[in-house]
Formats: sequence, structure tokens, C-alpha cells
Amino acid sequence: MAKQKKITIKEDAILEAKRKAELMSKMTDTTHKVGEVKHDLLLSIKDLKLHFETVRGAVQAVDGVNFDLVTNKAVVVVGESGCGKSSLAKAILRLLPRNVSHYSGEVWLRDVDTMQLSDEDYREDIRWVKISMVPQAAMNSLNPVLRVGDQVAEPMLVHYGMPKEEAMEQAAVMFRNVGVPVDFLTRYPFELSGGMRQRVAIAMALVTGPDLVILDEPTSALDVLTQANIFNLLKRIKANLETSFILITHDISTSSELADIVAVMYAGKIIEVSESHRFFSKPRHPYARALMASVPRLREREEPRFIEGKPPSLINPPTGCRFKDRCPKRFEKCEEEPPVTVFGDDWVACWLYEGQGE
Amino acid sequence: MTEQYEEKDLKISEGELDEGFVLDIRGLKVYFELRKRGFQHAGFVRAVDGVDLKLHRGETIAIVGESGCGKTSLMKTILRLNTPTGGEIEFDGEIINDLKADALKNVRRKIGYVQQDPYGALAPFMNVRTILEEPLIVNGIKDKQERFERIVKVLEEVRMTPVEDFLEKFPHQLSGGQQQRIVIARAMILDPILLVADEPVSMLDASVRVEILKLLRALQEEHHLAVIYITHDLATVRYFSEYIYVMYAGQVIEKAQESDLINKTAHPYTHALLAATSDPDPKNVDEFQDVPPGEPPSLVTPPLGCRFHPRCPHMIPDLCEVKRPPEFDLGDKHQVACWLFRDMPVYREFTIED
Repeated sequence: MAKQKKITIKEDAILEAKRKAELMSKMTDTTHKVGEVKHDLLLSIKDLKLHFETVRGAVQAVDGVNFDLVTNKAVVVVGESGCGKSSLAKAILRLLPRNVSHYSGEVWLRDVDTMQLSDEDYREDIRWVKISMVPQAAMNSLNPVLRVGDQVAEPMLVHYGMPKEEAMEQAAVMFRNVGVPVDFLTRYPFELSGGMRQRVAIAMALVTGPDLVILDEPTSALDVLTQANIFNLLKRIKANLETSFILITHDISTSSELADIVAVMYAGKIIEVSESHRFFSKPRHPYARALMASVPRLREREEPRFIEGKPPSLINPPTGCRFKDRCPKRFEKCEEEPPVTVFGDDWVACWLYEGQGE
Repeated sequence: MTEQYEEKDLKISEGELDEGFVLDIRGLKVYFELRKRGFQHAGFVRAVDGVDLKLHRGETIAIVGESGCGKTSLMKTILRLNTPTGGEIEFDGEIINDLKADALKNVRRKIGYVQQDPYGALAPFMNVRTILEEPLIVNGIKDKQERFERIVKVLEEVRMTPVEDFLEKFPHQLSGGQQQRIVIARAMILDPILLVADEPVSMLDASVRVEILKLLRALQEEHHLAVIYITHDLATVRYFSEYIYVMYAGQVIEKAQESDLINKTAHPYTHALLAATSDPDPKNVDEFQDVPPGEPPSLVTPPLGCRFHPRCPHMIPDLCEVKRPPEFDLGDKHQVACWLFRDMPVYREFTIED
């Protein structure tokens, strides 16, 4: 028989989780935090790399990603499919598949470099305690043979050693907070609609009171009205708690509902980080501009344009700027690795902005 | 005199040709029977409940609605993958409600179908050439050379050039956009007169979506096709179709030309749909989106009267909850099934059976 690991009861963490749940249940209907807002540095990623081994060579899905995130902000990572967005989420949460060939860099969570922790310590102290995740297609990520209440309570049992009854109570509180009727606790996932399943997945991510929640395409399979509902909920949570979000999506229109900061990812690298007001009106990188121009808009007459060509293979990505083959503004310098130009809190990696930084 | 008459006759018949509908659906109902418990009858899922739809050659219409509103059931019934429970479907001058397999094959040859998920719609073990050859073989084109020529022609039409590069490729070697092009090529290879596209771009990246929609548009114009575009994304509908049907809980609740639907929105549900569709705007962060409470109703026991009334902010007591609203005519091909417009002339009355 496998050795049963004894779970220690973490009183402090339980109190903290309960405090946050309490805060959530008193959520006010506002999109802005009342009173003083603190923006401490929460997450700092430095040169994060994640490569996968395949028969044809190493896929450089995440290849030297840098960015910082402060508390109570939402950063949106946008990019085309296959640019490494989901791999970035996996790399941050260390949910690695078996065929990893290279995994390096630094992921600082407050003052801890989580990359230095052992797998066991990471599981115990970081994953779902400090950082949790709402996976892609969350509606299908629930366990079909367990009642949803048990699934939401499970993180409290496993991570904090909370007694079962108390954990179920906490789950009930979370259900109320995310807008799922409490009598759904004993239902199975198939008895819930897509929107409700999504809310359950969000409850499961928030139940332990994490500092950071990674949302991987949280609404891509949902209808517009349900999607609007979920984003209203996320806005409310952000305004009432200190939680930060990383939202990974290819849907730029809906990402504007939550974004404070936008990070554009292309072929395994982040090429621009901009504050959302700046990004949605005037992005800097030529790729970001093309991406914005490709968004169909309901309230404007302008025809959307598409981006010619397709993203490069991540097995042998081109040297220099990775967007150069599709870039309308390409010039000689693009053959070399583009420099990072900093504009206040924003930055862009493109030769066009060389020497223009603030 | 006689000559003049003849000329006139000719004109009328030409006019009729133009006026003729490719597809004319009247009062269509599609019910699915629920599993019986013993001898008890468990009821029906009323997936499509009294829908009228008319489509000319060369016209593009869009059907918009949430999942579960019956838009896919409607489409499958047009392809006769479902059997209609009531009403009539007239396709190309022929009522296709009760056709048998042989006659159906003739009908289906004239309808192209573009699936939602291109990867799921293409057999993984067939290469592009065999995928495109199959419908030709099934429809009795025996000459190998002719089949090859048609494959090349259709691949050129969907801009998969140079053709030789793609013929021997398997679906997994193609990008999402290319896969969808193959699906479109397969739908086009038998020269259909009607193309049904069920969420053709929802699985694709934003940058590719526009490309595929423009391709569909170009094909429609080149071949003078009738196109039904089924989607839940109002933002893409705008660029693609002139006339929009909005469905809710198995019924069409509003139909209008594209600009009217967006600028002169009538039905509260259409308002809600439009309000929930975001444009990339940094101001979105500061506001909550306006969403009607609740979820779409069960189609087994739909609400009486207007099916949107339990969620509607403008519900009129003793009217909306009792009687199904008729379609009121707002002029300019804009009709809405909502009691708020009861001062307008009635366009279509619904009987109890509807």
C-alpha cells in the first residue's frame, strides 16, 4: 500500500481562506475598489523557458518570457493559437507533461523563487494555495463521477487539512459567492449547464483564497450572455478581493472586459506589454496592430483585415525577430534579436522603437 | 399585339425566376421525443417551434442565437438529417419533408455543408485528395481524370495554391484555417446552390476568421449561392450577411436587415445580445455588462406566451405571460415577435397549433 501522507492542519491558511470567502460574500456591486488600493509586486517572471521534446526536435513553446504582475491587477495574455499561451500557464503552475526537455528561468512569487522549490514543496505551498487555475474548457475539466460540492471542497481537505464538514460549508459559501444555487452541491457535473459548470470551476480555483488565479480561455465555449455574466463575476471579485488574474485568451474583444495590462505573445515570446488603455487604442508592436485590426467590431464600420501568412514553427523558430516574415515594416535590422524598449511600465520588443524609450 | 404579349410573358417568367426561393420554410417544427418511462409518454423537446424562413438565390442570411436555441436543429432539418414534425420545407421547388433516401441524395447534392470544427469534420486517415474525391465517387462521377480536374479546380477556388503542395497532405499537417478551407472545398465540389455554414469560424483564431469569412463571401458572389450562416457571434455576422434572423428557445423572435438589427434593435433579447457583445475598448473594465437574469428555458416545457418573458425587463403582465406575440411589421423587412410593438401592423399571426 502506498504511504499515506499525513496532512497537517494549517490554521492560518484556513482563517485566511475563510476571511476571503467572507469578503466575497459581502461583495459590493462595483468594478472599482473602494478606499486605498495597494499594488505590491506579486509575480515576477524572468527568462522563463519551457521546451517540449518531439520526434522532430524541441518545440520551444515558451522561450524566454519576462513579465511582472502586481497585486489586484489583471494581465491578459493574447496571441494566436500555438503561440505558447497555454504552455506559459503550465510553466507558471508547474503542471508539466512528461515530454519536457528544458524548463528553466525564475518565477518569483513575492519573495520566493518557486523554481527553487522541490516538486513536493511546490505542490504543498504554491499550487492551489497561492496560485490556482481555471483550465481551458473548464466545463469538461470537472470530474464526471464526483459531486461538484465535493470537488470544490477537495482543495481545502488536501491543502489545509480542513475537516470534511467544515470544507463542505466553505464550498457552500463559495457556491453562493459565484452565483451557483447551494442545492447544486450534491449534483454531478452533467446535471449543470455550461455556465454553471464554469462557475463551479471558478469556485474551485478561489476556494483556498489564492493570490493569483490563472484563467485559460475561461469563456471560449460559452454563449455571449453567459460569457458576459462570468466576466461580471470576475470584475466583482477583482474589485472586492486582492486577487490578481492572468487571463489567457485569443478573444481580444472580451479580454478588454477584465484587462488592466495586455501582454502580447508571439511564437513563444512576449513581444509587448502595455497598459490596457494604451493597447486597445494604439498598440506599439506591428503584430499587435495587425491583431487589433483583425478584430471584427460591432459598433464600427471598418472592415477587419487578416494577417497574411502563418506563425512560424516553434521547432526551428527564425532568428532575430520572429514576426519579421509577416511584418509590413520589416527592415535589415530585423534579422537580429530586437531590443526591449521601455516606456514607463510598458515595453515593446521591436527594432522600430530602438532608442525611443522613456 | 401578340408579340408584345409574348415579351411581357417572358418578363414575368424572368421576374419569377429571380423571385423564386431556393428555400422556403413554412411553420417548421422539429420535436424530439423524450425517452419513455414504461408506457408513459415523457413529452417532447421542442427544438424548433414554428419557424418561417425564406431564402433567394444569391442571398446570405444569418441565424443568430445562443446554444440550445434550436439553430443547429433547424440546419440539420434543412439537410434532412432530422425529420420535421410539422410544417413544410420547400427546397428548389420541391417539398422535401418526406423524401426517401434516393431522392434525398439528389437534394443533398445541391446543399453544401460547412461544419463547425474542421478537424473533427475531416477523416484523419484520408488525405486532401481522397477527402475531396469521395463526394464525387458517391455521386457517380466515374471518370478519374474528370474527378482530378474538379478537385484541382475547387482547391484553386478556396485559394489552396499551389494545389500540388496540398493534394497528398493529411488534415493534421494543415493549419486550422487550411483545414476549414478543405471543408469548404468539400462543400463546394458538387456545385451546390445552397451553402449551410454552422459556426464556420468559431474554432478558428481571430486573425484567420476574417480570412475564411471573406473566402465564403467571394464564393457566394462567384457562384451566386444562397448561404445560411449560423452563429452566436454578432460581430462577425455584420460583415457577412444582409439579413439576420434572431432565434430564442426554438422560435424566431426578430428578423431584420443587418443595419436595422443593430441600429433599430426592437426585441429586448436582441438588445441583450448586442449589449453582451464587446468591442475591444479599455472602458469595458469600468462597467458591468447588462445581462438578463436566468438562463434560456427548457424546451420540454417552454414558458407560456412569449418565451423570453421570465427574463424580460419590459414584461407586460397578463399579456406576455399568456399569449404568444404575433410578428409585428416594423417596415423595411423588419419583423419582431414582441408585444411591446403591438401598435404596429401584424405581419404574421400564430394560431394555437403554432
